[in-house]
Amino acid sequence: MASLIKNFFIAVRQIFIGNTKYYLWVGFLLFLILLGGSAYMSQAQRGLIITGMRDQVSWGFYISNFTFLVGVAAAAVLLVVPAYLYNFKPIKEIVLFGELLAITAISMCLLFVMIDMGQPLRGWHILPFIGAMNFPASLLAWDVLVLNGYLAINTCIAFYVLYRLSIGKEYKMSVIGPLIILSIPWAVSIHTVTAFLYNGLSARPFWNASILAPRFLASAFCSGPAIMLILFQIIRKVFKDVDIDDRAIFKIAELIAYAMAINLFLLGAETFEVFYSGTIHEYPMQYLYFGLHGKAKLVPYIWFATFLNVTAFLLFLLPKTRENYTTLNMACVFVIIGVYIEKGMGLVIPGFVPDPLGEIYEYGPTTPEVLVTIGVWATGALIYTLLLKFAIPIYTGKLRFVTKGQEGYRSPAP
Amino acid sequence: MTEKKAEKYIDRRTFLRGAALGLAATALPLDKADASFWEAFFQKYYREMNEEEKKKVIQRLEKEYAQKYKKEIKVGDEKALPGVLFGYGLDLSRCIGCRRCVYACVDENNQSKDPQIHWITVLRFKKGEKFLDLEESEKYYNPSQVPEPGYFYMPVQCQQCENPPCVKACPTQATWKEPDGIVVVDYNWCIGCRYCMAACPYGARRFNWTTPNRKPEEINPKTHYLGNRPRYKGVVEKCTFCIQRTRNGRYPACVEACPVGARKFGNLLDPDSEMRQLIEHKRVFRLKEDLNTNPKFYYFFAYGR
Amino acid sequence: MKKYRLTALIFIGLLFSLFWAFPVPAPADEDIPKKFFVAPPPFSEGIFPCSQCHKGMPVNRTPRKLEQMHQDIVLRHMPGGWCFDCHNPNNRDTLRLANGNVVQFEESYNLCGQCHGTVLRDWKMGIHGKRTGMWNGEKQYLLCVHCHWPHDPKFKSIKPLPPPIQPSDIR
Repeated sequence: MASLIKNFFIAVRQIFIGNTKYYLWVGFLLFLILLGGSAYMSQAQRGLIITGMRDQVSWGFYISNFTFLVGVAAAAVLLVVPAYLYNFKPIKEIVLFGELLAITAISMCLLFVMIDMGQPLRGWHILPFIGAMNFPASLLAWDVLVLNGYLAINTCIAFYVLYRLSIGKEYKMSVIGPLIILSIPWAVSIHTVTAFLYNGLSARPFWNASILAPRFLASAFCSGPAIMLILFQIIRKVFKDVDIDDRAIFKIAELIAYAMAINLFLLGAETFEVFYSGTIHEYPMQYLYFGLHGKAKLVPYIWFATFLNVTAFLLFLLPKTRENYTTLNMACVFVIIGVYIEKGMGLVIPGFVPDPLGEIYEYGPTTPEVLVTIGVWATGALIYTLLLKFAIPIYTGKLRFVTKGQEGYRSPAP
Repeated sequence: MTEKKAEKYIDRRTFLRGAALGLAATALPLDKADASFWEAFFQKYYREMNEEEKKKVIQRLEKEYAQKYKKEIKVGDEKALPGVLFGYGLDLSRCIGCRRCVYACVDENNQSKDPQIHWITVLRFKKGEKFLDLEESEKYYNPSQVPEPGYFYMPVQCQQCENPPCVKACPTQATWKEPDGIVVVDYNWCIGCRYCMAACPYGARRFNWTTPNRKPEEINPKTHYLGNRPRYKGVVEKCTFCIQRTRNGRYPACVEACPVGARKFGNLLDPDSEMRQLIEHKRVFRLKEDLNTNPKFYYFFAYGR
Repeated sequence: MKKYRLTALIFIGLLFSLFWAFPVPAPADEDIPKKFFVAPPPFSEGIFPCSQCHKGMPVNRTPRKLEQMHQDIVLRHMPGGWCFDCHNPNNRDTLRLANGNVVQFEESYNLCGQCHGTVLRDWKMGIHGKRTGMWNGEKQYLLCVHCHWPHDPKFKSIKPLPPPIQPSDIR
C-alpha cells in the first residue's frame, strides 16, 4: 500500500515535467483561471447581481454551460465504454481518453453549479443524512447523486486501468466489468436526469415536453464525440507515442452523423408540434426563432446554430467529407458550436421567456459572467491536461513500476 | 547527485504544499472574531431542531439583527394554529390596480428597497380581449389615475398551493408547506440554486441577487423566523400570507391596505369564515388550475351567488 | 333547622352558579355577528347633530334645488330622488327607510340595503368591503358611507403607486 501511494506521487510528478510548450499552455490556462477567479471574487462579494440573471430569467449562462457539459460527459463514456465489451480494437485503445474527458466534464459541471449558487458555502445542505436532501422528490437531488456517482465510477475505472498498466498488467475484467456494465445505463441516466430536471416543471411549457430527454441524448451524442475527435487529434500530435487509429476516428464521426440526424429530426418534430397547434405555448419557440413582441436577441444565434448543425450533419454523413481531416475538423467545430448554442442558451433562456406572468426579459450574459465561465472552462482544460500528463506515460509504457523478475510482467510493445 | 535532486524535489513539493495551504487558509474566515459565523454555518435544518436549539438560533439571529440595524428586532416562531388552513380571496370586480397592497407588503415584510423587491405583482388586462391571457398583460402600467376605463386588474402573489411544485423541486427542503397551508422558506437553509423559481408557475418567488438593502428606521421589528425577518444575499423569498400577523390572528397587511376591500382572508376549515362563504357562494376560479397545483388563492367576482 | 341552613345556602349557591354557567341565550340576531363593531359615521366637521340648525326650522317637502345651505351636494344617486327619500324630515338626526321607519346614522347600512340587498348580504358575510382586525376574532367593519359617499357613490379614480422597476434597470 505504501508503495502504491509512493508510486502514485511519482506519477503525479509527471505533471510538473514538460517542455516549453507545455509550460506555456499551463501558464495560459492558469492566467485564464485567475481572470475567472477574480471575476468570481466580485460575484462572491456583491452577489449574482453582477450577472445578467434576474427574477424573470433566473438561470442563464452558467446553467447553459452545465447542461452542455453534462451531455459531453455522458457521451464521452457511452460511446467508447462499450468497446470494452464488443472489442473493436481501434476504439478500445482510446477508451481511457474518453473516460478522462468524462471526469473533466463532470468536474466542470460541478464547478458551474457551485458558481451559480447564491449561497455556495451552504452546499452541504444538499447532502443526504448530513443535510436534508429532498430525495426522491427533487430532480436536483437526483442530479447530485448521479453526477457524483458517475464521477466516482469513471475515476475508479480510469485509475484502476492505469494502475494495472503501471505495474505492467492487464486490467481484470472481473473487476471493471461490473463497473462498465453499470456505467452504460448510468451515463444515459445522468443526461436523462438532467433533462428531467427541466422536463418536470409544469410551469415551463417549453421544457414540459416529453421530447426533451431524447433530444438531450441525441445532441449529447453529437457534441461529446466531436470534442473527443478534436482532442484525440491533438493528443496524437502532442504525445507522439500515442497511437490513435484513423478507423476509430472515422467510426466515431459516422456515429455523430446518425446522432445529428436524430437530433435534427427531433427538432423538426418539436417545431411542428409547437407551431402547428399554435397555442400560446408557442411563444417561447417563437421568441427563440423569430422574436416576440419585438424582442429578438437570440434569433441570430439560433439560426446560426441551426445552419452549423445542418452543415455539420451533411459533412459527417458523406464519407468523402467525413474522411477528409480538413472537412472533418470543420464539421466537429461546427457541431460543437451549434450544439453549444442550441442546448445551452437556446434551451435555458426560452424556458423563461415569457415568464409565468407573461413578461419578456431579454437576458444576455455580462462580462464578469463570461469571464467566470472562461475560468471554469480553463479549469477543465487544465484538469484534462494534467490528467493526460499523468496518464499517458503510464499508457504508453514509458512509466512502469515493476521489480525485475516480477510475475506477469509484460513489457510494452516497442 | 540523486540526493541533491531529491532535495530539490522536496523543496518544490514543500513549497507547493505550503502555497496551497496558504491559499486555502485565506479562504477561511478565521478573522471572524465572533463564533456566530460558525454557528450560522453549522446551523441544523429547522424542522429537525428541537425547541431549545430553535431558541438559541433565534437568540443568535436577534443579536445579529440588533448589531446590523441598531434596533431591537424580535424574531418569533409561532407555530401553526391547529384546525387552520389559510385561504385568500381576491375580488376581481373590485381591484382598481392602485398597488397599495404591493407597498403595504413591502413595508410590513421588510422587503429590500434597493434593489427593489415586490412580492405582489399587479397585472393589467384589456377588457374585451383575451381574458386573463397573461402573455398580453402589462405590469408596468403607470397612468395618472386608476382604474383606467377599458382595463381590469389582477394582483398575483404566492398562491400557497396545496400541491406546490416549488416544494417538490427544492433539493435541500429549504421550502416546505406548513400545517396551516403556508409555504415557507428557511432563509438560513436555502442554498440559492433557484430551482424553485423555475418551478413556480405564478412567478411568485424572488431572489436576493445582492444583499437586500433597507434602512434601519424602515425595518418592521415584529418578525417571524419563516416570514418577514431580514433576509440575506443569495436566498429566495416570497409572500408568506404575513405569517407573523396571521399566526397571531391578524389579517395580512395587503388585506388591510386595500382601499376597495378587494382582498379577503380567513380559515378555510371554519365553516363560518368569510373564506368558506366566499368559496361556497361566489363563482371562484384559480390561476392555471390545469397544472393541478391546487392553490389557496381564489379569484372571484362579487356579484351573484 | 339550623343544620339545614348551611345545606340550603349551598343549594342556592349551586343554583346561582348553574344560572351563570348556562346563560339564557340572547334572541337570535341574524343581522350582525357579535364580534365586531362598525366605525362611527364619517360626518363632516361640525355638521352633526343636524338638529342644531334644523330644530324649529320649518319643513319644506317640495323637491327642489337647495340654495341657502347644502347647495354643494349634488345628488348623483337614485335618479329622480331627493333629500327626503333618505333623510328624515321630522328628525334630521336620523334617516328613514322607504316604509317610513326611522334608522340611526350608525346603522345606515339598513337604508342602503333596501335597494342594494345583495351587497348588504355580502357585507354581512364579510365578502363586500374592507375589514380590518382579526380573522379569527374581532373585526372592524366600515359603514357603506365610509367608502361610498351616498350623494355621489361612484368611486373616484385615484393615483396609482409607482410600477415596479424593470429587471434590466436593476443593477
